[in-house]
Amino acid sequence: MNAPNSAEQRRDQAPQDVPRSTVTLIVNGTQHTLTLDNRTTLLDTLREHLALTGSKKGCDHGQCGACTVSVNGERINACLTLAVMHEGDEITTIEGVGTVEHLDPMQQAFVANDAFQCGYCTPGQICSANAVLQEIAANIPSHVTADLTATIEITDAEIRERMSGNLCRCGAYANILKAITQVAKERA
Amino acid sequence: MRAFSYERAASPADAAARAAEVPGAKFIAGGTNLLDLMKHEIETPLHLIDVRGTGLNDITATEEGGLRVGAMVSNSTLAANPRVREAYGVLSRALVAGASGQLRNKATTGGNLLQRTRCPYFYDTAMPCNKRSPGAGCAALGKGATTRQLGVIGTSDACIATHPSDMAVALQALDARVETVTPEGETRSLTLDAFYQLPGDTPDVENTLAKGEMITGVVLPAPVEGRHAYFKVRDRSSYAFALVSVALIHAPDGTGRVALGGMAPRPWRRDAADAALPQGAAAVMAELLDGARPTEENAYKLTLAERTLAALLAEE
Ligand SMILES: Cc1cc2nc3c(=O)[nH]c(=O)nc-3n(C[C@H](O)[C@H](O)[C@H](O)COP(=O)(O)OP(=O)(O)OC[C@H]3O[C@@H](n4cnc5c(N)ncnc54)[C@H](O)[C@@H]3O)c2cc1C
Ligand code: SF4
Ligand code: FES
Ligand code: FES
Repeated sequence: MNAPNSAEQRRDQAPQDVPRSTVTLIVNGTQHTLTLDNRTTLLDTLREHLALTGSKKGCDHGQCGACTVSVNGERINACLTLAVMHEGDEITTIEGVGTVEHLDPMQQAFVANDAFQCGYCTPGQICSANAVLQEIAANIPSHVTADLTATIEITDAEIRERMSGNLCRCGAYANILKAITQVAKERA
Repeated sequence: MRAFSYERAASPADAAARAAEVPGAKFIAGGTNLLDLMKHEIETPLHLIDVRGTGLNDITATEEGGLRVGAMVSNSTLAANPRVREAYGVLSRALVAGASGQLRNKATTGGNLLQRTRCPYFYDTAMPCNKRSPGAGCAALGKGATTRQLGVIGTSDACIATHPSDMAVALQALDARVETVTPEGETRSLTLDAFYQLPGDTPDVENTLAKGEMITGVVLPAPVEGRHAYFKVRDRSSYAFALVSVALIHAPDGTGRVALGGMAPRPWRRDAADAALPQGAAAVMAELLDGARPTEENAYKLTLAERTLAALLAEE
């Protein structure tokens, strides 16, 4: 028998006699109440149950950042958290960051700077990049911050270090850095 | 991943009581280590107790001039806390040297202490591992095994894995204590040496927590004056576990404390090594690494640890 090859098939064929829970998530401003197998990660919930396939599954183990989304204003890896652990949480995926008609400045900058090739890592990169600028503005230190008690400056080293949780197999790093730097300058 | 039932606990005492009572129960906090291991079916809990709603989210001053850090405080929040940055710099430094921004937002203080080893054979369920399946044997001690990441001291004939936490190395240098609540509602306070258990014949037992006992927080004593530094050596400059790491607190009079990560089954520190600090890195390591049993592939860690400390001291 062929393995299920669509979200619908996978859902239909999933065993029903396993422990399930009901959870309400607010995703990109819309409230969704879902009854899910407890094992469902936030990433699979977004992709398979809400058809928000912008967030990508690169590794499913916290090692690549392709699944980065914002939860209550903080970036996290959606693959290493369960949907049932997010009752009432506000989740923003790449679909909530901007639209084709109204690109977010970070999306615009990625396009303008050619900050991707295949684009698979890009949704995670953009969600992370916006969070990185917020984290620097909130003066949260990083591994390369020289003085823990001074105001943190936006430097190439700070951006690179803070983006290290987002891998890009196409190696678009140099242009990703340019795109983020451009947005940082626009905001300064 | 195996199926499991799920509940949210409202207080630490309730969580501990439930964990003792429900068969196959485990706590989940950030989930960044447990879910990874559940996907590999290395961990197979039947029931998860979500402890994030147990009210342990604060960092507060203690009467002794130190800090109490709630078990649910995230690694990001702890690293960014103004008091920690100013008076416990080694802890901020160790935290931001670990994982990624995304992971640190989820990882909790309690979960970080209990994260499991990154031994490649522990993760490879096709290989024998005494930590994963007691009595199965240890693939890392087999002929031709890849051991360059593994431990050199405090290890045993049953297991040579290291504890992977960066945070715990800084906590060891700071003389931090782990606070817990038992299923009977009693509280305990443990040094890291009393909390972490060396592998011996039972590498599957990694700590002295009783069944159901929950970590409620970590207490930092009053700050130790001097320079606080954390130097982590790894295969890439970010987002990788330590091969060797050194936490250093160095007072102006030359005395201080040294703890090592990446070397042993627990963050590694000895009083005699601290006492040798005024004599330099070689003297410290002679005490700290006395009795080491490296493999051919990881003996480089002995040299690397000494050079890492020497490099830190040379910065002054
Ligand atoms: C790709 C990747 C890279 C990483 N790199 C690093 C690194 O460089 N350095 C580093 O130090 N770490 C690193 N980590 C590990 C990370 O720090 C841990 O996964 C995290 O700290 C675990 O915290 P958590 O709250 O998510 O724990 P969980 O996954 O929720 O729990 C871990 C364990 O602790 C138990 N537990 C949790 N809370 C309590 C409590 N209060 N009382 C009793 N038991 C409890 C759980 O039952 C479980 O067994 C990395 C992780 C990943 C995925
Ligand atoms: S070193 Fe320890 S964790 Fe690694 S394979 Fe051997 S027993 Fe397992
Ligand atoms: S898919 Fe989540 S980090 Fe790779
Ligand atoms: S653009 Fe292809 S992985 Fe980054």
